[in-house]
Amino acid sequence: MFSRLPFKTQKNYVVFGFVALPLLLLFTFAYYPALELIRLSFTSWDGLSPNKPWIGWSNYQEVFSNPEIFGVFKHNFAYFAVGIVQNIAAIYFAVVLNSKLKGKNFFRLLLFLPYILNGVAVAYLFGYVFDTTNGSLNYLLGQLGFGALSETSWLGNGSFVNYTLASIGFWRFMGFNMVIYLAALQSIPSDIYEAASIDGANGWQKFISITLPNIYKIIELNLFLTVTGSLEVFDLPYVLTKGGPAGASETFVMKIVETAFQFNNYGLASAMSVVLLLFVIIVLSIQRFLLNGRGE
Amino acid sequence: MTKANKLWDSFKYLTLLIAALAILFPPYIIVVNAFKTKAEFQTKSSISLPDSFFYLKNFAQAFKQANMINAFGNTLFIIALTLILNILIGSAFCYAIGRFNFKFKGVLVGLFLFATIIPSITTQVVNYKTIQTLGLTNNLLGPVLIYVGADILQIYIYLQFIKNIPYELDESAMLEGASLIRIFRTIIFPLLAPATATIIILKTIAIYNDMFIPLLYLPRPEHVVISTSLMRFFGVNSGDWQMVSSAILIIMIPTAIMYMFLQKYIFAGVTSGAVK
Repeated sequence: MFSRLPFKTQKNYVVFGFVALPLLLLFTFAYYPALELIRLSFTSWDGLSPNKPWIGWSNYQEVFSNPEIFGVFKHNFAYFAVGIVQNIAAIYFAVVLNSKLKGKNFFRLLLFLPYILNGVAVAYLFGYVFDTTNGSLNYLLGQLGFGALSETSWLGNGSFVNYTLASIGFWRFMGFNMVIYLAALQSIPSDIYEAASIDGANGWQKFISITLPNIYKIIELNLFLTVTGSLEVFDLPYVLTKGGPAGASETFVMKIVETAFQFNNYGLASAMSVVLLLFVIIVLSIQRFLLNGRGE
Repeated sequence: MTKANKLWDSFKYLTLLIAALAILFPPYIIVVNAFKTKAEFQTKSSISLPDSFFYLKNFAQAFKQANMINAFGNTLFIIALTLILNILIGSAFCYAIGRFNFKFKGVLVGLFLFATIIPSITTQVVNYKTIQTLGLTNNLLGPVLIYVGADILQIYIYLQFIKNIPYELDESAMLEGASLIRIFRTIIFPLLAPATATIIILKTIAIYNDMFIPLLYLPRPEHVVISTSLMRFFGVNSGDWQMVSSAILIIMIPTAIMYMFLQKYIFAGVTSGAVK
């Protein structure tokens, strides 16, 4: 039946039939929510009642003036700071595993392993490691002679709980960054290195003047992944500390979820979502602008 | 080999060794404690080996108490249905986009690529209401719809891939009188298999490991999935780390096995997925 139709007609059917559904999904779950979020952010909607009272900018005033809301970004900063160290480690291990080395496939496999494990399982895994009394880290510290450190409450101290949590992120995602760097390193043609060797360049010089410039784009990509990732942290603190002690490890996304689904303050939660959305869009736009600006 | 080179080589191995220990230490703790009896757990240090690696009661109890049969079943259902829909819709879409020219095609592709900039975690406040309106909260189909609708990774991967399938194949099939649907079904879709494999692997890992969506959309005990089953189990057994360890292990094993066998595809997929 269908095959008897002229190709031009068939083409129209195929294009329409194959494009309509994905387009509908895209609008329903990406563009509509983004626009609806903006509309709701100007209301005091409770999520239930049919009327959504318009209250202008006051949700935004609340977001920016209430330290309980905007101040939470301080906690997200820990993830960013650790993320930078994580990228440096990832570059280092990528360079190491890209050189001639026995067992490099094994090490690559091992370093990437944490990334594929279930996030909740990883969180509890570290819940055990960091446990104050039963925890293996404190036990190990005690055995190694750091008696003073071995009673540390790693997840119970507000001044560094975010760094403890971020270090779990380091454990989990360093291999992921590394694999991306490794792929970039492998695409650098090896004759550049050979030519540099002939000219008498040492390993460090080669790293600075060949490797780094060639993976610059990927460093940038990874850094932006780190920034957006640290803005969107949710599951680690939610599972391990529930935001505690005394809210010290609450992240911005946790605040949004709490505001919307526990306090039914959809208007305020929408305004917070819009702020987060804008931050991410600004960060990604800077990235794309930088990438395009270099004519690549 | 010069002295500096030797020193650098030893340094490389030393750092790799430290990294390997740091990575293996937490899972090691879980493995040794999952096999301990309650008495052993209370008397021995947390890093010592259990009396026997054949003591499996913790696993049996964790499996039952965390309702793992239900959790694995629900998770598999969500993964399978999401994958089928994603692959069908994604590959068909990319066939239409990759093979034909039509009005507004550029705008359409642009719309899809621009949507990657909207992080789905920010839009859940509204998506939750949408799913509620559709009557799909407390229904396994809710997360499926979210996973199918909000992620366009598959479209990106298929679009890259379909460009490398020569158009001559389509043309010669057309000359033999095959319909476009038939060409898609018997030529293009099978040739997209490597891309499909990448998508299956990446999505399976992502959904299996996701906790945010099930937490929001599936609060009822009977809709428990892998991530939420562990959270519930921990709520009841916190402090009993030998029990929690065995539950963690049960949950980590499937992806770890998958990883061992499919490492090559996983590395390739992660790289192409990230560089979008």
